Amino acid sequence: MPSVCLYFQVHQPLRIKRFRVFDVGWDPEYFNDRSDTNLNNKKVLGKVAGKSYLPTNNLFLNLLKKYPELKLSFSFSGILLEQLEKDFPQVLDSFKKLVDTDRVEILSETYHHSLAFFYSKSEFEKQVDLHRAKVKEIFGVKPRVFRNTELAYNNELATWADSKGYQAILAEGWDSFLGWRSPNFVYRPKNTNKIKILLKNYKLSDDIAFRFSDKSWRSWPLTADKFAHWVSAINGNGHVVNLFMDYETFGEHQWEAHGIFNFLSSLPREILKHPDNDFATVSEVVQKYPAMDEVDVPSIVTWADTERDLSAWVGNAIQTSAISFLYSLEDRILKVGDAKLIDKWRKLQTSDHFYYMCTKWFSDGDVHKYFNPYESPYDAFISFMNAANDLKLRLEKKSKGRIRKFDLRYA
Amino acid sequence: MYRYPRELVMAYKVLMLGWELYPFNSGGLGEACLGLANALSKKGIDLTFVLPRKVDITVDGFRVVFADVDEDILKTLGAYTTSPLWSHIINRDELPPDFVRAAFKYAEKMKKLVKKQKADIIHTHDWMTYPSGVMAKSYLKKPMVAHVHSTEYDRTGGYYPNPYVYKIEKEGLLSSDRVLPVGGFMKEILVKNYGVDEQKIRVVYNGINEDFGKRLPPALTKFKELGFKIVLFLGRITLQKGPEYFVRAAKLVSAYNPKTLFVVAGSGDMDGYMMSEAARLGVMDKFLFTGFLRGNERNQIFQSADIFVMPSVSEPFGIVALEAAISGTPVLVSKQSGVAEVMKNILKADFWDIEEMANKILAVLKFDALPQDLKWESGKEVRNFSWSRAADEVINVYDQLI
Repeated sequence: MPSVCLYFQVHQPLRIKRFRVFDVGWDPEYFNDRSDTNLNNKKVLGKVAGKSYLPTNNLFLNLLKKYPELKLSFSFSGILLEQLEKDFPQVLDSFKKLVDTDRVEILSETYHHSLAFFYSKSEFEKQVDLHRAKVKEIFGVKPRVFRNTELAYNNELATWADSKGYQAILAEGWDSFLGWRSPNFVYRPKNTNKIKILLKNYKLSDDIAFRFSDKSWRSWPLTADKFAHWVSAINGNGHVVNLFMDYETFGEHQWEAHGIFNFLSSLPREILKHPDNDFATVSEVVQKYPAMDEVDVPSIVTWADTERDLSAWVGNAIQTSAISFLYSLEDRILKVGDAKLIDKWRKLQTSDHFYYMCTKWFSDGDVHKYFNPYESPYDAFISFMNAANDLKLRLEKKSKGRIRKFDLRYA
Repeated sequence: MYRYPRELVMAYKVLMLGWELYPFNSGGLGEACLGLANALSKKGIDLTFVLPRKVDITVDGFRVVFADVDEDILKTLGAYTTSPLWSHIINRDELPPDFVRAAFKYAEKMKKLVKKQKADIIHTHDWMTYPSGVMAKSYLKKPMVAHVHSTEYDRTGGYYPNPYVYKIEKEGLLSSDRVLPVGGFMKEILVKNYGVDEQKIRVVYNGINEDFGKRLPPALTKFKELGFKIVLFLGRITLQKGPEYFVRAAKLVSAYNPKTLFVVAGSGDMDGYMMSEAARLGVMDKFLFTGFLRGNERNQIFQSADIFVMPSVSEPFGIVALEAAISGTPVLVSKQSGVAEVMKNILKADFWDIEEMANKILAVLKFDALPQDLKWESGKEVRNFSWSRAADEVINVYDQLI
């Protein structure tokens, strides 16, 4: 003890191209930007794969060979898997190689990396099923642990996951509901029977994910032995250290030139230097450790910002109006049953679209927090709403069988 | 921010040369000058503001003196007119235009006036005051600052700048010890087209007078009751302000949203052109020309508008966009403006990109949440643009020179 549980989120959204009102009714494609900007999904994914996914996969494959104790957990959005299948099959193969070692576990999530749980339960369940099918098809495994988009969690979600037979669910180890308790134990969510909850140790996770290259941080530069020392200090005080982060941390958010790959390649050795430490996948943690207490999370907690709520996605008027408009189409779009339209509608649900409309840090010009392929949150909103209105128009056309001139008018 | 010890600041005597002062103004220059002069005097600067002719003006905290330049020369036109207009007023081959004459007359009068003045620094505002500034500088042997609110390049959109004006500008700028453009976009013009040494340029963004924020009874209520949306153009109707792009965007907007009224508040040498262009495109019935507005009328029209559009071809700053924001009106500006560099919570498009402009106008008119967030966020943001902040930056420049 403690066990180090590494879980990486692997996701790249399908960003909406610049979609003008004049495209409504004329252009059925929303995600096919081919410009030189960061709205070009293929371009962005190619860059991320080259800088992060491929080198990190390579590194982990070697480390798994070298250290039989090393275990990893991944969650892939369906949106990402679909893009890899289509444009970068070699990258998908390198992920498959990791999974084939049998020491890499895959988690369950929504296919479309959406916030559907909070807007439509039935839509949410469909997306979870789609994701399970995709993971089975590509990797041949059935996930047993659930993580929701942006780690958005509340009691209700835990109850749902429990009823579906998941062994565990992931959440942010946030002080507001933990109080004096430590995230370094396994807990039981309120109103559940069997399921356990694993909580992110945000301090240690963010030391790597956010602070690694920060020269003004007093612990900079972060070395693997320093980090392993912090982990070992938990001995006797916890069972597990949950290090949850975006996979792009390696090579994309934190650069190779700043030493992130060197750090990573020394990390298993340094962790294992202490005889009580080991590694575990998410379901191994569940099997190994008992739930120490019950946690009660009535309102939504996420892994974002100092607020740890959903305000980065649905905090202002443009975000809330955009997401309600989208879900208001649900009944009709499912009734009409056109597979292509449903697919587009679901792709518009990806949480990133709403994140780009966030105005919270926009005035401060905080570019690190505010990576946005659009010129402004307002531009993101305009393209989204125009695309969503195009979808609505196509839906009306399908359901009526014809398009009236009036529909083309905007007002 | 570092505060200057008051006793140190008190020592600075500034001779500020202007062309107009609010409310006796034809455009943003008079407002900017008043805003800056007020803020500087509040910070303890001993300021004397020179105007070319006598007006019945009362100000607080600084002195105004008049140079008595002949009435008839000044009466002809407002402070900013574009060259095409001049070209049919004066005979191109002979005398320099009246305005140039007035600027030199101002300088002549300055010769007398300056003898009675003591100053540590001479601060000029735009080309009409440069000859006077150079005059004062050579007599007083004190450093000169040229505040640049616009250049002949902006006013003409780069088409046939008046050669006399250009020459006066260039000489004025090169003889200045510091040059203060109101935006980074303009800084580039100064370096590229006037050969000003980058080292002596300091960008000082304009401020905004908070009075614009006070709520007034709405204007154009009848149209609003009928469900019309109001898209506002406010400013001089000159080439620089891009009126033709506004009309062409209006054509696109009204095709998608027929219940839109395009209000044009302002006057200028292109208002006839703007009207005939609207008529040619078949949208004249959607246009309302109010003429030049000031005071409460101007604020009311801002507050009634659903969106304010500034499609300027080249706009050194664009203080009017801040006025719109502080009035609670969503703003769309051209990227070719100083204000686009500094304000984040406004919409932006290239002036020539009519489709993008129409796209953004339509989005504001259609999706209620968009104007709601724009108003809220830009209303908060615009409060950072105070004249007090601009004055601090100007005092910084004085410190370097004295």
